[in-house]
This record gives sequence, C-alpha cells and structure tokens, in this order.
Amino acid sequence: MRIRIRYRKLGKVRFTSHRDIARCWERALRRAELPVASTEGFSPRPKVHFGLALSTGHESLGEYLDVDLIEPAGSTVDLEALPERLSPLLPPGIDVEAVVPVDRSEASLQEAVTSCTWVIEVPGQSPEALTAAVDTILAATELPVVRERKGKKVSDDLRPGILELSVLGATPPDAPEQGAVLEARLATQPRSVRPAELLAAFDPPLEEGRVRRTHQWITSDGATREPLSPGAPSLAPAGAGVP
Amino acid sequence: MWPQLEPLLAKVAKPARYIGLEDGAQRPHHSPEKVAWLLAYPDTYEIGLPNQGLQILYEILNERPDAVAERTYAPWVDLEELLRARGLPLFSLDTHRPASDFDVLGFNLSAELTYTNLLNMVDLAGVPVRAADRRPEHLLVAAGGHCTYNPEPIADFLDFVVLGDGEEIVAEITEVIAAWKASGRTEGSREHVLRELSHISGVYVPSMYECTYSGADLVAVTPRYPDVPERVEKRTVPDLADFPYPKNQLVPITEVVHDRLNVEVFRGCTRGCRFCQAGMITRPVRERPAEQVRTMVAEGLKRTGYDEVALTSLSTADYSGIESLVGDIVQSTDDGPPVSVSLPSLRVDAFGVGIATQLQRARRTGLTFAPEAGTWRMRQVINKLIREQDLYSAVDAAYANGWRRVKLYFLTGLPTETDADTLGIGDLARNCVELGKAHTKSPSVTVSLGGFVPKPFTPFQWFGQNTVEELRRKINLLRDDTRRSHGVNVKWHDPKATQIEGLASRGDRRLGPVIEEVWRRGGTFQEWSEKFDLALWQEAMANHGLDLDWYVHRHRTEDEVLPWDHLSAGLHKDFLWQDWRDALAEVGLPDCRWTPCYDCGACTGYSIEHIVASAVPPAGGSQGTGQDLTSSPVPVTLLGRAPQPATGAAR
Repeated sequence: MRIRIRYRKLGKVRFTSHRDIARCWERALRRAELPVASTEGFSPRPKVHFGLALSTGHESLGEYLDVDLIEPAGSTVDLEALPERLSPLLPPGIDVEAVVPVDRSEASLQEAVTSCTWVIEVPGQSPEALTAAVDTILAATELPVVRERKGKKVSDDLRPGILELSVLGATPPDAPEQGAVLEARLATQPRSVRPAELLAAFDPPLEEGRVRRTHQWITSDGATREPLSPGAPSLAPAGAGVP
Repeated sequence: MWPQLEPLLAKVAKPARYIGLEDGAQRPHHSPEKVAWLLAYPDTYEIGLPNQGLQILYEILNERPDAVAERTYAPWVDLEELLRARGLPLFSLDTHRPASDFDVLGFNLSAELTYTNLLNMVDLAGVPVRAADRRPEHLLVAAGGHCTYNPEPIADFLDFVVLGDGEEIVAEITEVIAAWKASGRTEGSREHVLRELSHISGVYVPSMYECTYSGADLVAVTPRYPDVPERVEKRTVPDLADFPYPKNQLVPITEVVHDRLNVEVFRGCTRGCRFCQAGMITRPVRERPAEQVRTMVAEGLKRTGYDEVALTSLSTADYSGIESLVGDIVQSTDDGPPVSVSLPSLRVDAFGVGIATQLQRARRTGLTFAPEAGTWRMRQVINKLIREQDLYSAVDAAYANGWRRVKLYFLTGLPTETDADTLGIGDLARNCVELGKAHTKSPSVTVSLGGFVPKPFTPFQWFGQNTVEELRRKINLLRDDTRRSHGVNVKWHDPKATQIEGLASRGDRRLGPVIEEVWRRGGTFQEWSEKFDLALWQEAMANHGLDLDWYVHRHRTEDEVLPWDHLSAGLHKDFLWQDWRDALAEVGLPDCRWTPCYDCGACTGYSIEHIVASAVPPAGGSQGTGQDLTSSPVPVTLLGRAPQPATGAAR
C-alpha cells in the first residue's frame, strides 16, 4: 500500500536542504514505528519517494512524499491520525497536513507534477514598477537564456515555462526587506523554470527575497489539480500571498 | 536577532548550520537571576555539534534552576564577513540571541589549531580578546577540554579554565557567577569573581599567576595571592553511573560528523600508550554499568530514530563483558528496523574483528586498525604492545569475514624512530595485502600516516618533535618503498600543520601575541588544510622574537620547568619521567587494570579507583602483553561497590 503525505515547510527550517529533510523523514518514520516497506538486498533502505526538490531557503505550503507500507500491517494504520502523529517527530516548521492512500499505478510525484505556483518577494521594488516589468515579460514572445550543461553552452527559451505571472502588491510588514510580491506559475516540464531564472530574465534582473511554493499542480485528463486526490481531508487555504 | 540574520542566511553556504531546531534543542527561559552560559565549539557546526562534552554540560546546566545554556559554533568565513559588515555579533543557535545576553562564553578545546577561531569568536561576541582589557559588562571567557591541560599559549585570552570532567564543577562555577551577577557586576568586581573562581578545585584563573623567565627559559609560574592554589588539580567524576548524559542527544537536521547515537561506555584508559594524551589525562578507568548502557541505547534509538549507535570510549573492546553487551544490543534491535552498532576504536586482534563481525552484518566495506608503529621495537617504545601476529590475525579475520578494504593508522616522528621502523610500516602493509589475497581478488590496504606531536602530561612531553623536513623525508621514504606495492596506498597529514600543532601544544604564555597576530591577519580555521597558512605563523613568531625550533624541536631535560607544571592531570611527574626512560629503554608496561599499581597518581591522588565490572581481563587478552593476568592480585574495585570518594576535596 502506498500513502501520499502533504506537508508544509515554513520558517527557520527553510534553510535546510532537500536531502536534510529526506533524512528527517526517514528518522520520523522510524520513530512513528510505521510499517514502512524496505528495499531488498544487503543494505535495505525504506521505500520513500520524494517529490520535486525545494531549493534551500525556499518555503512551501505544499510538499509531498509517497511512502510504501507493508501489508497487511499498512492497512490498519489510521491515516487520519497520522498528521498529528508525524508532525511532532519532524523539525519545527515541518507540519504534516494530510495523508491519503494512493494507487501504486499512479505516476510518481516527480513525473506527475507539471507546474508549481510561487510567491516571490522582490526587495526594493514598488508594486507599480514591478507591474510594468511583468507586462514586459508577458509581452515577450521569447526569453532566451544561456546555461551551461556538461561544459557546453546551451541556449534555451524560458517564456513557454512561464504559465502565469502577476503582482500581488507590496510586501507584508514582517518581510526582512521591503518591496513588492510576485506570484508566478512556472512549468516543471518539459523544461523546469526556477524562480531564480525567472527573476534573472527581467531587465534589469530582480533580486530574490523570500520565496514560497504555494502549490504543485498535476494535469490529468485535462484537469489541473493538486497531488492529493479530491477525497483528501480539506487543506487550509493556501497561497493567499505571503502572510 | 533572527530578523537580522534571516536575510544573511540566504546568502551563505550551508545555512542549515545556523538555524538550530535540532531534536533535543532547548529554548531556555532567560532571567536576571539565572547564569546564562553560551557553550561554544571553535570550529564549524558540522564538527562541533556532535561534541559530547558540550552536550552533557548543555543538559546539566539547563536542568538547574539557576542556569540556562545555549550553543554556538564558529561561523564560516562567508557569514562572518556578512556579520561584521552589518555590525552583528556572535549569536546562539537555540534562541538566536546575541552573545552579549550571556554571562559566560565557554569553549570546548579539542584541537590546538582552533585557537585563532576562539579569538575570532570572542571578538565577534563584542568582547576584548585580551582578558586584561575586559570590564564588568563583558562576559567571562572560559575553556575546558583536553587542550586546556596546557592553556598557557591562550592564557591571555581566557578568564578561567576548567581541568578535567565538567559534570560536577559547572554547578560550583554557576553558583559563584550567580553571586557576582546578583551583586550587580560593579566596577572592579570582575577581579573579585575570578579570585572566587580560583578557589574551586579544578578551576585555573591564568591572570592570578605570574610567569618568571630567565632569558629564554621559564623559571616559574606562581600564584599572585596566597589564597590562590600553587597547583591546580583536575576534576574527576568518580562514577559515570551518576551521569547518564546526554539524555536527549541532539539530532541535527543537517549533516554533521559522527551523525549517530553515541553512548559513552567508559571514560579513561590504562593501556598506557605513551603518545596518547587522552589515555593519560582521563584516568582512572570508569565504566558505565552495562544495564545503564543498554537503557541508554534502547531509549536513545527510540527517541532519535537513528539507525546507528556507537559505543564510545578510548578502547571500547576493553569494556568488561563487551561481548555480552554487544550481543544484547544486537538481539534487542533484531525485531525492529535494522540498526548498526559501531565501536569507533577497534582493537588490533582477532577478538576485535570478531566483535565487529557480530555488529556489522551489512555493508562490510572498510575496517580500520591502529598499530601506530611499524616494528615491535618501536611499539615497545610507545607501549602499544601489539605483536605482528595480532595484526595479521586481525586483518586475516577481517578479510575472511567479508571486508575488502583495511585502513591502518600509523604515527611517524616517534622517539628513537629509525628508517627501519618507517620501512617496517611498508612491510606490514604488504603482508596484509598478501593475507587478503587468500580471500579476495584485489585487497586494498590504506596506510594513514600522522606526524607525531608530543603532548603535555604524557611520557613524551620531553621529546623534541621531528622537523618538517624530517617528517617529509620519512613520508617520502615510505612512499618510495610502497610505490610498486600493489594494493598499498599511503596517505599522510601535512607536516607543516603538525609543526604548528606542536608549537601550540607545548608552548608557554609568550605565544599569546603570536596567536593574536595570526588571528588579526585573518588566520582562522587553521585546522582546515585549505586555510592553514604556515607563513603567517612563521612571520608572527619572528615579529615577536620567538624561535619555532626552540619551542617545537628541542628535547626537554628532567629539571626544566614545563609551562604546565603548575597544573595537574593527577599523574606524578616522576612516574611520567620513569615511563619516558622506560620508553627509551624499549621497555613495555602492561595495563594496570589487571596488574599491580604503578602509582601513576591518577587514582591515589584523588582517593578513587578504577571502576570495572570484572576482575578478569577482557576476552582476547591484554593486547599482546603475553602475561598471565588472571592469577595476579587485582587492584580494582568491582562495579556496584565503588567506594564513595572523598569529593570534599573540591568543596
């Protein structure tokens, strides 16, 4: 049986890396004494499948991982109680919101997620000036970037990966540096666009303040939804800007 | 300070090392009547976090109603630069408070090359680096740990030093500082509180002592006042069972060294290896009861979620009943997820490998042994009494049990060392490769060569360290000798760093200005090979008219006053001198746990004794001493009926 876990990563803990959090999860699952399935072989590893990596320093309202449980013990786990069991075993700022069973035949998180919505603080920008710059980006037919890949310079177009882009307003009073806030939906497939690449595509390039992933999106049967299926316990409203 | 730090962390490498949040971390409530300790390790978080000494004190202090403790580590150069550019101070990780909110900045000093980091952290804390320049509003700068058995090179920068085990003494220190705090830390009161601290057994206050020189020679280090002790004795916790710490070992979120559950099974070691400072200064042997070890392992694994536990000590295979302890732990973890148990110090014999085999059921990749020297003659000099046959049986057992790589630790630059001893290392390594061929197609033996640094309170404290050129010549001799030896790889430490470690290890107070100059010229993180800068040290020595050669390479005589003679690790100086003569005469000395007492001083001086659970030497024998130990009288106290020591000495 496979379960999908949705969690938040907010506050100080955002300065940890994807690998750091992966290790925290392995320890938390052991501490919760969940019947996690293991790989075969000489050095068995727990069967845990992480979703898209989140850059060190970025916050998120919607992170996911899939965990395989052994049967029959897995079926007896009370999934609704799991968020409350797991959250205290994880670092402060990592909060488990929901757990649902998923079909093993479903595509992995890394394959299934096609885009993410980001809220990005841009220090030193007024909302008005930023709106004008956003209009320029949206009006562009292509946004060529050059990046190095295996020692070769490859030219690439960012524009198709910028699915939505708008200005939410001024930064909240608690922001470490004042400025304006962008909201962007950026593709993860076929070519993934990172928030830093988006900011670098502006002319002049924008500085990166706090960055928060608010949603990950799966497109299936023409519909766009979040990776927890609609039957999942309701989630707190997300992505209403940086609180 | 978090709001000011937050934007900086987005700009530095590995920001997770500055956020705290570890499982086991505390958020203590500060208040004016509590003494606030900022416990510091003068190296990066990755190196410093696992330090068990700091973790033990962190818990003990936070359990007290009159104290709080938080932690700090050396910020890497990128963050340091940002902090200085914005005028921000050193901060605690637990609640991200500035250092100025604390009363004591207490360092653990485990490596001499971190001394310049200590100065840098004191400066970042907003405190004058020289103790003499500090005022009542500045915190007290303290240090403990193995390096403080010769704190003289950094005496100018420390307000007080703690010798020995910290578990009990932190309480006494806290009480004195609490009184100082309550008195309002008025003008002139700093001198008074330091004087009070100097009355605590185990506390050394450098400013209360005067150094006298005659030309280049140190003549005496004497107290300035009659109530300050002429000699400061180390503190020793008589029974580890009273201190089952850490109870809540910190579980870091980001990667650190030794990232596993660590349970200390005993403290002290009486193998008597003459090069080993840790073995000399931590005597006597005090074992933790097996039942407590089992509980600490079981509860620790459950609480932390770690899948690895290390049973730590200076020589864990010597723990009484190690086989049954290991068996119990392996068995108790059989039902749950796989747990690996490791012994960081493996003994060089088949017995040690037998235990390792029992423990490490999976992932048998590499196994490490420390024969330390290449010939039996040399090993008698250093009293590491391993016969060649012991090593071969260990290596053969390792290969037979599925290990493919063997690593051998050696020291070079030892007293009386000849080229035959150096070349003997090559012979041992080649023979080990040959043994491996019976079990695997391409066995590999890595020889790791460290330059020997004589340390205070060891029989080798009188020995003139080898020069950089001599160490380099010996390393090259061995490299040339093994160049065509298939399967043998040689690695070595930088002899230049070894030289400066030697300087700081046995130096006196005159090195203070040198260390300060190296720090002022940007020489931090000298223990990191990419940051080590010999020229800085050479120039600073020259600028202050001091001679590296005199400090590092000169043999000391019996009558010479050593910079640490006014301190005591419990060892009689005549015992050390006799052991030094025995070393030169190539006479080995068996482990005193199972033979009559040599009166080294560590037990008798403090009215305590070795606490071991068994009167019989560990299975596998006493490491090659080849003697019948079972019939001799046993000068040890059996666990469970340890005498209550006269701790009154301290109070």
